[in-house]
Amino acid sequence: MTVQVWTTLFVVLTFGLYTAIAWWTRASSTREFYVAGKGVSPLANGMATAADWMSAASFISMAGIIAFAGYGGSVYLMGWTGGYVLLAVLLAPFLRKFGKFTVPDFVGDRYESNTVRFLAVVCALFVSFTYVAGQMRGVGVVFGRFLEVPVETGVLVGMAIVLFYAVLGGMKGITYTQVAQYCVLIFAFMVPAIFLSLRFSGLPIPQLGFGWGGEEASVLAKLEGLDRELGFTPYTEQGGGNVLNLFAITLALMVGTAGLPHVIVRFFTVPKVRDARTSALWALLFIALLYTTAPAIAVFARYNLMESVRDASWSVSAETNDDPSIKPLPEWVRSWEDIGLIAWVDKDGDGAVDYAPGAAFVGKPSFAPDETRGDHGERVLVNEPTEAKNELYVDRDIMVLANPEISGLPNWVVALVAAGGLAAALSTAAGLLLVVSTSISHDLLKRGLLPNISEKGELRAARIAIVGAVVVAGWLGIDPPGFVAEVVAFAFGLAASTFFPVIVLGIFSTRMNKQGAAAGMITGLLFTASAIVWFRFLHPELDTAKHWWFGIGPKGIGSVGMLLNFVVSVAVGACFPAPSASTQDMVRAIRVPKGAGAAASH
Amino acid sequence: MQQQHARYWRRVLRLTGVLLGVWFVAGLGAGVLFKEQLDAITIPGTGFPLGFWMAQQGSILVFVLIIWAYARKMRALDRDAGVEEDDQ
Repeated sequence: MTVQVWTTLFVVLTFGLYTAIAWWTRASSTREFYVAGKGVSPLANGMATAADWMSAASFISMAGIIAFAGYGGSVYLMGWTGGYVLLAVLLAPFLRKFGKFTVPDFVGDRYESNTVRFLAVVCALFVSFTYVAGQMRGVGVVFGRFLEVPVETGVLVGMAIVLFYAVLGGMKGITYTQVAQYCVLIFAFMVPAIFLSLRFSGLPIPQLGFGWGGEEASVLAKLEGLDRELGFTPYTEQGGGNVLNLFAITLALMVGTAGLPHVIVRFFTVPKVRDARTSALWALLFIALLYTTAPAIAVFARYNLMESVRDASWSVSAETNDDPSIKPLPEWVRSWEDIGLIAWVDKDGDGAVDYAPGAAFVGKPSFAPDETRGDHGERVLVNEPTEAKNELYVDRDIMVLANPEISGLPNWVVALVAAGGLAAALSTAAGLLLVVSTSISHDLLKRGLLPNISEKGELRAARIAIVGAVVVAGWLGIDPPGFVAEVVAFAFGLAASTFFPVIVLGIFSTRMNKQGAAAGMITGLLFTASAIVWFRFLHPELDTAKHWWFGIGPKGIGSVGMLLNFVVSVAVGACFPAPSASTQDMVRAIRVPKGAGAAASH
Repeated sequence: MQQQHARYWRRVLRLTGVLLGVWFVAGLGAGVLFKEQLDAITIPGTGFPLGFWMAQQGSILVFVLIIWAYARKMRALDRDAGVEEDDQ
C-alpha cells in the first residue's frame, strides 16, 4: 500500500475514534463542560495534560529545531519540562484546593476585583490565540504533505473536527479524546525513533542510542565530525547567542509553561488536592518520554539528511542511475520540494547539492509561476540567492515528518507519523479553544456582564464562543506570523510575564492586594508585548544581539517581564492596604488540603 | 489549629525551597550556566559531553524525580499535620 492510502486509513480511523469518544462523553452541565465534573483520575488527567501540552510544535517542529540548532535547541527541552516543576510545587495543588473553574476566577476572587478578573481574561485570550494559531498551521502542514491537499484545506478540515468534539463535549469530551490522542501521538513518535536507534546503534532505546558507542563511534560523534567537515558549528557546542540570552529564554519558557491557562485548568479536573500533585507527576512522566526522545530523533535526522543530500546530483534518481560515481538524489527530497518545504538553487552550476552553513537565498522559497523547471528539473525560485556556499533550503518543520522517509522506513510508519502529528495539534487546539470559550462564557458573561444568565444559557454561550474561536484560530493558522514553534514561543513570554507572578503572589502572600496585582500584570503585558512587537513586526531588521534590550532577545524577554511584574506588584502593593480579612482567610485555607470538597461547591 | 497550620505551612515552604533549589541547579545551572565546564567530562561509554547531556536528557529526568519527591513528601506532611483530605 502507498503512503497516501495508509495515511488516509490512519486519519479516518483516528478521527473516527475521537468523534466516537466525543459522542460518548458529551457534556450536559457547565461543571462538566468546564472541568469535566472534577471526576478525572490522576492517571487519565496526566495523559490528557501531556496531550494537551504536547502541541504541533512539540511533535512536528521541536526535533527539527533541535536538529538544526544542536545544543541551542535545549532551551525548549528544559523550558517545556522544567515548567512542570513550578506548576507542581507552586500552583496546581493550591488552585485545585481553591476549586473553581478558571484562572480568572481565582485571580478575580483572590484580588476581590472585577478589573483584575477582566485583565486576566484579556491575558488568557491573548495567550491562547497566539498559541492556537500554530496548532492549526501544524494540522495544515500535515494534511498538505500526506494527503496532497493545500495547507488551507488542511486547516479547514482540522477546524471542522476540533469544532465537533469541543462543542459537544467541552472539557469532558476533550479530556477523554486527549487520552486517546496521547496514545496515538506517543506511539507514532516512538516507533520511528526505535527503528532509527536500532539501525544506528543496535539499541532499542533512542535516549541511549544517539550517544552510544563512545567518543568516536557514536552517531553524535560522527555527526560532529560531519559538522566540522562542512563548516557547521559542532552539534553539542553553543553556536552564537550568549549564555544570558539562553538563560532568559529557558526561564521564560519554564515560567510560561507554568502560567499557561490551558495547562493550569487541567488540574481543576481531578477530585482531590493530592490527585493534583500525582497528576502533575504522571503528566511530566508522559511528557518526558517524548521530550527525551526528541533530541535522539534530531541527531538521527540531521545525520541522515546531511549524508543523503550532500553532493547528490539533482537530476539523477536512484532507480535509473547506473553510474556508481554519481550520487543520486533521494526521492523524498523531490516530494517535499513539490510542496515547497525544500528548495534548491544551483549556484555553482555543477548540478549537485552543496550543503553548507547559512541561508541559500533570502527569505522563504517563492517559486516562479507556471511550474518553471531549471536545467536539472528543480523548481525555479525568484528569491535572491545569498553569498553563502549553501544551495539547499530545508524547512525545519519537516524533520520529524520526513524522517521515516529519509531513513527508508516502511510506508505505514510514515503514515503513523502523520496521524501522530494531527493528534498532537488537535489535542492542544481543543484545550486552548476551551480556555477561550470559558473565558468568554464564564468569566466575561456569567461573572461579569450577565450575572443572571441561566446554566443552560451559559452552556449555549460557551458553545457559540468555541465556534467563534475556531474560526479566528483557523484564519490565524492560514496566515500565521512565523514558524510554528516560534509563534508558540511568544505565548510563553506573555504567560510568564502576566499570570505566573500574580498567581504565585496570590497564594504565597496574604498581603498582596488588587492594586499591586493589576499594576504588575499591566506592566508585564505591556513590556513583553511591546518588545515582541518592536523586534518582530515593526523593526525586524533590529532583531540582532546588538540591539536587544539588556542583551536578551524577544524570545527570552518574558523573563524580564516576569521580574518586572514581581517588582511592580510588590512595590505598588505595599502602598495600598492589605486585602480584607475574609480574603486572607481564603488564602490560608487554600494552603491546606483538608476540606477541598467544601471549597469546590460553586 | 491556627498554630498547627502555620507550622505545616513553614514545612511546606522549606520543602518547596529545597526542591526549587535542585530544579535550578539541575536545569538552568548544569544545562546553561555551567554547561561549558561540564562538557570537559564525557560520560563513559558514550559520546555525550556531560553539560550537553544534562541539557537534553539529565535535567528532564531530575525534574520528574523532583515532582515525585514532592508528591510523596507532601503526603507525609499532610498526614503529620492532620490536614489530609477525607476519603469520600
